[in-house]
Amino acid sequence: MRSLWIEWTLAAGFLREGRTQSLMITVGVAVGVAVIVFISALIQGLQANIIERTLGTQAHIRLLSPDETNVLLPVPSGTVHLVQEDQRAQRLRSINNWQQIIATLDQQPLLTAVSPVVSGPAFVRRGEALESVALVGIDPDRYLRIIPLARYLVSGQLRVGAGDALVGTILAADLGVRAGSKLRLDTGQQNSTVVNIAGIFELGVRELDARYVYLDLKQAQSLLELPGGVTVIDLTVTDIFAADTLAAQIERLTSLNAESWIETNAQLMNALTAQSLSTNMIMVFVAISVAFGIASVLSVSVVQRTREIGILRATGATRQQILRVFLIQGALVSLLGSNAGIAISYGLVWAFNTFGPGLFYIPVPPILVLLAILLATGTGVLAAAVPSRRAAGLDPVVAIRYV
Amino acid sequence: MSDPANPVLRLEALRKSYNPGLPNEIEVLHGINLSIGRTDFAALIGPSGSGKSTLLNLIGLLDTPSSGELYLLGQATSGMDDAGRTALRGHAIGFVFQFHHLIQAFTALDNVLMPLMLAHGKPDKAALQRARELLAGVGLEKFAASKPNQLSGGQQQRVAIARALITEPALLLADEPTGNLDTQTASEVFELFRHFNRERGCAVLLVTHDPRLSATCDRTINLVDGQITDYAAAPGSFN
Ligand SMILES: Nc1ncnc2c1ncn2[C@@H]1O[C@H](COP(=O)(O)OP(=O)(O)O)[C@@H](O)[C@H]1O
Ligand SMILES: [Mg+2]
Repeated sequence: MRSLWIEWTLAAGFLREGRTQSLMITVGVAVGVAVIVFISALIQGLQANIIERTLGTQAHIRLLSPDETNVLLPVPSGTVHLVQEDQRAQRLRSINNWQQIIATLDQQPLLTAVSPVVSGPAFVRRGEALESVALVGIDPDRYLRIIPLARYLVSGQLRVGAGDALVGTILAADLGVRAGSKLRLDTGQQNSTVVNIAGIFELGVRELDARYVYLDLKQAQSLLELPGGVTVIDLTVTDIFAADTLAAQIERLTSLNAESWIETNAQLMNALTAQSLSTNMIMVFVAISVAFGIASVLSVSVVQRTREIGILRATGATRQQILRVFLIQGALVSLLGSNAGIAISYGLVWAFNTFGPGLFYIPVPPILVLLAILLATGTGVLAAAVPSRRAAGLDPVVAIRYV
Repeated sequence: MSDPANPVLRLEALRKSYNPGLPNEIEVLHGINLSIGRTDFAALIGPSGSGKSTLLNLIGLLDTPSSGELYLLGQATSGMDDAGRTALRGHAIGFVFQFHHLIQAFTALDNVLMPLMLAHGKPDKAALQRARELLAGVGLEKFAASKPNQLSGGQQQRVAIARALITEPALLLADEPTGNLDTQTASEVFELFRHFNRERGCAVLLVTHDPRLSATCDRTINLVDGQITDYAAAPGSFN
């Protein structure tokens, strides 16, 4: 194909000559792109931060034993069977065959960590003070890949096993203990033991910091009278937004109850979706108004250049060439404008990260920048289509007579 | 000497109506028969509104006739599409308008090169050389880098003539090329047409109101009310 050299040359010449108009559309595009890029970077940063905080203290998927139900004797067909049934109280029990299940799940490429946990209620006692807590027995190597406890440790050492335990800051404050203090744990039965507080953590979630006591898996099993058993299997996945579909698959595979973080945080997810929807709407409307701006300024330029278009046609320009000259003008201003807009949005993001509330950091993903430039240029060409077609459709005779 | 059997342009019963099919339909040209030889230097004269610009636009393939046939370099043009007409116009015709129609955003040199650039893209050395020669030929070698708004009316019209000649057309059309110029400048520009007609052997058909200028042409074609009334032909250019 013949090169578009003359079309580019004419488009650039026209834009340079109509400096004020070109500047106006370029600024319009720049502001639009800056708003779009800044808002989407801000919202993406905010949402990533919220999700990271949420998932920082919970597994992506939790596997639990299904609830125990009453088994009714089958009745002969044709008989009406009235039952008054009390739901059974759910006792603490182990997941059947958990060793095998974990061995299977370890093979799954979509899972990044698998961690068996035994957890159950207990009391801690120190002097006169009595608090109800949740004992969480963990295999530290596996569990730390689910929740990086090291990141949340505020004092002492990250150590469980051999009578060592980790407690949260709120519980420590309520009981007046420090790393190195002793605690008595009671689990209702005759079981009772004294543990050494190896470290104190702060997960940032009140409920957890006030109630969690981490122990070694073995010690928790014997305290909860579930020798060799586990009550929960925690999982993390590669794609957090696919956690619910994966949970459903695992549920079918293991016939355990699988709860994904999406399910347990349904309200949060709704809020995030609504937020994304409203920012998308803002972006669409900004893009539309920028497109109309480009279209109207180019329309004026076509009218102003009617005579010159006639001359070009009389000196050998085809309709296609005229069409391309104006399409390229649309593409050029939006390319220029979007680059300026990207620069502005980098400035805004920098200002936000430097002088803003500092609650979270906004990254500007390069893919977003690329997408914004492509989208803006595409919009510019589309917006230029209507005035360009008018220019190409001009009758050269009429255009030449036009003074 | 032109060969009457092989004219650059031949019109057969050419008619042109504006607003065809509408209540305000008006026939402007009523069956024109005309032949222009390869080296003719002809003036088209006639009162205002007689259809001179209409005829020139048809000949320049900027507009299409309502009926009749127009042969350019022996080719019938009635069946051609827009691309074919643009291509034929590009190599056969040079056009000079009454208002020095230049592209304001470009220099005199770029304006002269425009027909070549539209047809072939970025100009090569030979094209640049030819454009400079043409500018020198119209006495504007010093103004190659000037923008149109830095030139006088006469200078702009001379740039337009150089542009019309860059493709070495067989036929140069000019619609009142001196209409906006003072008498002195007008005869200088007119002399240029004469010069190129003799030097390059291209046929010239120009519209003028100035009887002193038309008197110097080889041929005068008189258009009144859309009909050619008489020829005043120089000997040998028409039989
Ligand atoms: N686009 C048009 N629509 C309708 N009538 C037109 C148009 N262009 C020219 N005319 C009419 O055609 C006639 C011839 O016009 P024109 O060719 O410009 O004459 P001239 O150049 O000899 O002055 C005039 O009466 C003019 O009003
Ligand atoms: Mg006229």
